[in-house]
Amino acid sequence: MKYTKPRAILCLAGLVIAVQVLTRVTGTQYYLTQLTMAAYYALVVIGLTVLMGYAGQISIGHAGFFAIGGYLSAALTTHNLVLFADRPLVLLLDRIGILVRGQDIYGEHLITVAPWAACLLALVAAATIAFLLGIPVLKLKGHYLAMATLGFGTIIYRIALATDYFGEADGISEVPGFTLLPGIGPVPPLVVNGDFGNRVQNYYIAWGVLIIGMVLLLNLIDSRIGRALRSIHGSEEAAEAVGVDTARCKLQVFVLSAVYAALAGVLLTHYNGGLGPSEASVMKSVRYVALVAVGGMANLWGALVMGVGLTFLSLRGVFGSFDDAVFGAILILVMLFAPDGILGLQFHTLAARLKRFGAGGSHDA
Amino acid sequence: MTADLFFQYLFAGITYGIMYAIVAIGFNIIYNTTGIINFAQGEFVMLGGMIAISLLHVMPLWLAIAGAVVLTMLVGALIEILFIRWLDNPSVLRMIIITIGLSILIREAALHVWGESIRSLPYFYGNEITTITLGPVRLSPQVLWVIGVCGVVVLLLSVFFKGTPLGREMRACAANRRAAILCGINARNMVTFSFMLSAGIGALAGCVMSPITYTQYDSGTPLAIKGFTVAILGGLGNSMGAVAAGILLGIIEAYSISFVPLAFQDAISITILLIILFVRPHGLFGSGETARLKEF
Amino acid sequence: MVPTMLELKNVNKYFGGLHAVSDVSFRVEQGTIKAVIGPNGAGKTTLFNLIAGNLVPSAGTIIFQGREIQGMKPHRIAALGMARTFQNIKLFHGMTALDSVMVGRHVRSRAGFLAGMFHLPWTWREEREIRDRAMELLELLDIAGFADVEATSLAFGQQRSVEMARALAMEPKLLLLDEPAAGLNIYETAEVARLITRIRDMGITVLLVEHDMSLVMDISDEIVVLSFGEKIAEDVPAAIQNHPEVIRIYLGEDEEAVV
Repeated sequence: MKYTKPRAILCLAGLVIAVQVLTRVTGTQYYLTQLTMAAYYALVVIGLTVLMGYAGQISIGHAGFFAIGGYLSAALTTHNLVLFADRPLVLLLDRIGILVRGQDIYGEHLITVAPWAACLLALVAAATIAFLLGIPVLKLKGHYLAMATLGFGTIIYRIALATDYFGEADGISEVPGFTLLPGIGPVPPLVVNGDFGNRVQNYYIAWGVLIIGMVLLLNLIDSRIGRALRSIHGSEEAAEAVGVDTARCKLQVFVLSAVYAALAGVLLTHYNGGLGPSEASVMKSVRYVALVAVGGMANLWGALVMGVGLTFLSLRGVFGSFDDAVFGAILILVMLFAPDGILGLQFHTLAARLKRFGAGGSHDA
Repeated sequence: MTADLFFQYLFAGITYGIMYAIVAIGFNIIYNTTGIINFAQGEFVMLGGMIAISLLHVMPLWLAIAGAVVLTMLVGALIEILFIRWLDNPSVLRMIIITIGLSILIREAALHVWGESIRSLPYFYGNEITTITLGPVRLSPQVLWVIGVCGVVVLLLSVFFKGTPLGREMRACAANRRAAILCGINARNMVTFSFMLSAGIGALAGCVMSPITYTQYDSGTPLAIKGFTVAILGGLGNSMGAVAAGILLGIIEAYSISFVPLAFQDAISITILLIILFVRPHGLFGSGETARLKEF
Repeated sequence: MVPTMLELKNVNKYFGGLHAVSDVSFRVEQGTIKAVIGPNGAGKTTLFNLIAGNLVPSAGTIIFQGREIQGMKPHRIAALGMARTFQNIKLFHGMTALDSVMVGRHVRSRAGFLAGMFHLPWTWREEREIRDRAMELLELLDIAGFADVEATSLAFGQQRSVEMARALAMEPKLLLLDEPAAGLNIYETAEVARLITRIRDMGITVLLVEHDMSLVMDISDEIVVLSFGEKIAEDVPAAIQNHPEVIRIYLGEDEEAVV
């Protein structure tokens, strides 16, 4: 594993470039849009994989963190502060230099928070909420943890749906682009937005972020903390006995995965130019769990492949009106027949499970 | 708040609370025999309502309800036999994910069968403007149906679990599965049966509440969360506790309308759930000693 | 005078109405092997769980290397230099033998979350040290050949060895062994006896709970006898063997079992 890691990452990078070239040659560049979005969703999935697969803590509320990132960034960069321009807080923000001025299409003056500041704020907010939530929640196990995180996700969904500031059922639209790097001389600026002409650049930004995120997580699970996380999954009592601060480790990885989800939310929102409450829905959270499961739980590469692959197909509309049902079915089938993921599945174990399934429960205890 | 309004809210709270309690009892039955929290419990409630509404086209109301209960029980049995029975000592995580997957499949199937429209059963007696006066409050007779059905369910369950051989066998499985098997009890059948019973009670709840809360393909999950909240509040596995906790939650929700926007009403019950999970995971009425022995 | 490694002062533990550990006091001197014996249900494992921090005493003090540790979290106590094994082996499901032992180095290394994520250069050396030390221990316990095998799939005796290696990887001052010979045959038991003596000679103080009388009598420097949660004797092995109360308990055990 250790020695193949850089090679695998290089292969992935090569593949990303190859795909872009291929779409160009075949004139199918419209695929890049969904590939970009899929990369951001996969970022949530790999973060959740470390929490669920390695540390063994389920979360059915990660769409909540995605939404916290997306909504905060969207609201801050969209809502016009002109009316509050003389309030002390706004003046202070202006002084620090994190407000931007502009004009909307009708020539009205706009004062909004700069995207990079909004992004940072959103990430800090997500991390803080994850931290505060994690302290009590991660003491729970099994069903209780699942319900508590599900409850958290639902609260975020309700807040998004019921708050005027977050656009209620309509969500937030016309979110401006996010300039990651300004242009220098002949080098064009690096902007996350949905402009047609910017499609290739955005594809590379998304995949660049995903690959960096992946490398960091691969490093993590191979490290001292990664072993500690796996040991918690293996036996919490024994992990404590060798000196692993299980509560702290779980909390840290919970916050980390929340930040991954929030970052994906921020970037995807700027890319799409908006988001709606469905991004915060329980179904989205369940989807992320499904993708982690089908990737093999404790398998970052599996999560990446499945996260990108299935999300891409879903975004292309391949599953039609059965979209949610497909993810539900995937969850069940994977958990029934291949709880270690379909990539790690061996034929004889599958055959054995199918046989048991065929026999029903007839051979009774 | 006038006294009139006070009692109006009180009874609304009690009505909703009792509906939550019936959902919670469904959770409890499966939890007691298997240790599984069935995340698809809310879907049983939805299915019960939907099937009864469809059957109403061809048969009288009471028969449609009976049919819905029986059909939902079959669905419950089918789910257990197809997805749960043959698993060999599955992990909690696996069970959670499977039942979540099932809840999605049932919901999506309902969407394809019944569409997105909001439906409801007619009032069992009279219509939406029929009221009966009880002291200072005017009530819909449906409220009495809800309370009555809940009472009957709780009563029958306690008679069933304490007084019938089948019920005693189910309790034996809950207490000690291995020992029960050694005594010749077919534990697997008991689990199937608990799914049927739980589905049937869920369906019945779906029918009696349908005139008040309406039924839609996705009305299951919010109900499941509330039902779970109530089940935890009352102490998992404790039916009487569930009724008390349900009424408590219902009343809190009802009065919360006067100081929190309606849209946040769900957030209130979830917040209560989170608080109770952190502070007293064994529930308001449960015992901490026994709870420690269970898997959280 | 030999310094005291561990001292229990009037330790009590109630479970509801059950008085599982009742007013137990004793010392473990540095560099010795001390054994706790007693019939089933005497409260031996409860006592271990109290010492290791898995349970909090209802009353009493536990002093480890001069510090009061009752009520501390197990990982804090572990970091202070106390390692333990479990009666029914607790290995990390899904991890190889080598990885499991490497986790044992947790308290002796320090790479944190960010250092791990960014794979900082100074962590490389630490990782290598962790790996080398873990391999040494696997060799010491004769299971180096299974380094890359999933620990939970090993034979029973080998699983015990992995657990022991994991505990030793912590470089503990005090090692708690909960029935280290349970389920082993006489040859393996003799092997364990040699190993425990060797551990003591490495400078690690050992406190063990054991059923196998011959093992306890052979290797212990001192023995504490528990019965129904109370300490009824504490002495050197030879004296314990002739202690009338101990004989009564051990011979009376069958009688009670019949009743």
